[in-house]
Amino acid sequence: MTAAFVAGADASSEVPLKRRLKRAERTRRLKALALILPLLLFLLFTFLGPIAGMLWRSVDDWEVRQVMPHTVAALADWDGKDVPGEPAFAALAGDIRTARDAGTVAIASKRLNYALNGFRTIMSGTARNLKTLPEPGTAKDTLIGINPAWGERATWAAIKGASGPLTSFYLLGALDLTRNLDGAIVAAPEEQAIYRDVFGRTFTISLGVTVLCLILGFPVAYMLATLPTGQSNVLMIFVLLPFWTSLLVRTCAWIVVLQSEGIVNDSLRWIGLIDEPLRLIYNRFGVYVAMTHVLLPFMILPLYSSMRSISPAYMRAAASLGASPVTAFLRIYLPQTVPGIGAGSLLVFILAIGYYITPALVGGAADQMISYFIAFYTTETVNWGLASALGAVLLLATLLLAVVYGKLVHGQQVTGGMKN
Amino acid sequence: MSKLKVAVGFLATFTAGVALATAAQARDLTVVSWGGAYQEAQKKVYFEPFKKAGTPMNDESWDGGIGVLRAKVQGGAATWDVVQVESEELAVGCEEGLFETMEFNRIGGEQAYLPQTVDACGVGAIVYDFVLGYDKDKLKDAPKSWADFFDTTKYPGKRGLRQGAKTTLEIALMADGVAPKDVYKVLGTEEGLERAFKKLDTIKNDIVWWKAGAQPPQLLASGEVAMTSVYNGRIDAANKAEKKNFGMVWNGALYTIDSWVILKGSPNKEAAYKFLDFVGKAENQAKLSENIAYGTSNKDAPSKLAPAVLKDLPTAPDNMKNAVEISVPFWLENIDRLTERFNKWAAK
Repeated sequence: MTAAFVAGADASSEVPLKRRLKRAERTRRLKALALILPLLLFLLFTFLGPIAGMLWRSVDDWEVRQVMPHTVAALADWDGKDVPGEPAFAALAGDIRTARDAGTVAIASKRLNYALNGFRTIMSGTARNLKTLPEPGTAKDTLIGINPAWGERATWAAIKGASGPLTSFYLLGALDLTRNLDGAIVAAPEEQAIYRDVFGRTFTISLGVTVLCLILGFPVAYMLATLPTGQSNVLMIFVLLPFWTSLLVRTCAWIVVLQSEGIVNDSLRWIGLIDEPLRLIYNRFGVYVAMTHVLLPFMILPLYSSMRSISPAYMRAAASLGASPVTAFLRIYLPQTVPGIGAGSLLVFILAIGYYITPALVGGAADQMISYFIAFYTTETVNWGLASALGAVLLLATLLLAVVYGKLVHGQQVTGGMKN
Repeated sequence: MSKLKVAVGFLATFTAGVALATAAQARDLTVVSWGGAYQEAQKKVYFEPFKKAGTPMNDESWDGGIGVLRAKVQGGAATWDVVQVESEELAVGCEEGLFETMEFNRIGGEQAYLPQTVDACGVGAIVYDFVLGYDKDKLKDAPKSWADFFDTTKYPGKRGLRQGAKTTLEIALMADGVAPKDVYKVLGTEEGLERAFKKLDTIKNDIVWWKAGAQPPQLLASGEVAMTSVYNGRIDAANKAEKKNFGMVWNGALYTIDSWVILKGSPNKEAAYKFLDFVGKAENQAKLSENIAYGTSNKDAPSKLAPAVLKDLPTAPDNMKNAVEISVPFWLENIDRLTERFNKWAAK
């Protein structure tokens, strides 16, 4: 590049200035790009790539298509009104025999079992009992003879619904919706409709924790920002010490403090305020306490940095112009801390909606947040489609909130309050 | 050559070099187990002696989850060779082709092992139970069954249960009078499910849900709960190591089997089979049971144990009498649906 540029300088007499300027600009742009290239590649491989992969998994429906290709083809123009005809049964019998020899029956039956509970048994039983390929024309009777479920419309609708290549099944499931036999979107059965509640719970807890952090953190940050440097540095250590302590240690410490024979309950009993221990842990209260404690530094630090930059002269000026302390605070001081409040709140909220360990350890069965379910489906039952769909819904909701927040705090800029 | 080209060229060479270096690095046999007191015992009686016998190996621990294994094998850079998995992980991983087929002729033959512990993809490592655990110092009158567990008038105090549908629903049904052998038959029906949740309703506000195996002994020790469901080995370890006085009820216990598997495409298959042969020997397995109260898979292991040790093992005949094996087929088919249902119930 530099060599070329020098050569260009020799030929300056023929090349117009404008073009040379452009060339110089382009060189500089390329240099700048080269500087951020490593970061860009890193983000692409470690962040954007995996997220795209996750989103893809929430709509990808490959299992049945791969294991039972002939059945999928035979059902392509089935209207879903009645049980399909003999050709579909013959295709199914062929596919099941092939899948059994290849050992892939379970892959398809796992996917079909999501759509229709009990499909695992139907598939494995059929694979076991279908000793030979049925004679032409007898496939339907043979299969229904092995398992009457093959004579049901719902069984075939499940296969058709899982034919792929793309599916809305998981995303609908993450929103407590499902398709009925006719393909219309309807509410999921009542005892299985939990995800809207869980999302609601996740956002409620996160919002509550954010508000608590703001209420507790604001005065602390104010004190840190207004004290002389020596004292504020000492106090800052108290803020940072828990910040540097392992999350797990802090969570377990709360268990020791709040359990029924813990420090708080024993003290209250000793004073004589209570006879029976209060339930302070393994419930929502415990989740709020522990999460607020863990996330508090994330609120204090941005607030502190925004308050440090506010000159005390403003408040003095307001007072000299006759404002009461309350008015001066509300009209002069508070508006200047808005970027800090915004940054701290967004940081705490975004961190809180992804919380997993803390609610798992100090919450009850009704306090688990969405990450618990994402982890459960990812590692325990390997229902990666549903796990990805839950993740996708969470991502979308978070992005929406960030955009709304950006609009609220900065009018047209979306900076997440980080520009101050 | 411009600076940019140099930089890009360097970056490309560097990344390629790193990739090659990691791929070509031959590593020792890596065995993965469940950590805690259990892995300490395994270190003592399995890993260290095996290393002394001349094969280098490392051990790591994990928290289970078939998703972890799937990611390891499909990612193509599996850093593990032999893993101890739970029964459902064994079944699903075998279906998905994540494990090598177990060649029993290289580890002493199928006939050396208990029939329940022989599988196409794995060989049994331990047999262990979910039992009713309680603190003898606090409950003078020992509970006898899950029915007592649900009786909060006779035994005041909170109860610990594993969070989730699995084990919880079985326990609720046995408490409601279903015989251990009929549990899954009843649980497979809508009425059976209703019955289980109705029974759970009776102590809903007294339940503390635990998530990790280390929690129940802590809940008992801190007095948070009066009784809890717990892995039998944890009770035994707490009594031995921390001088606790915890008791167990084997009546209506739920037992399950963990197995050793070899991950698909392991570069250390030879060493892996050598290891499995070593830990499959009756005399080595007997040593494990002496250190931690789990049953093992070799048929001859119990005969090498003192009666005093044997009576506290899941594989002792008396303890097996009224126990039920956690059903893998049932849970594979119903886990997602019942998880949703359990959480619906919990949130009510």
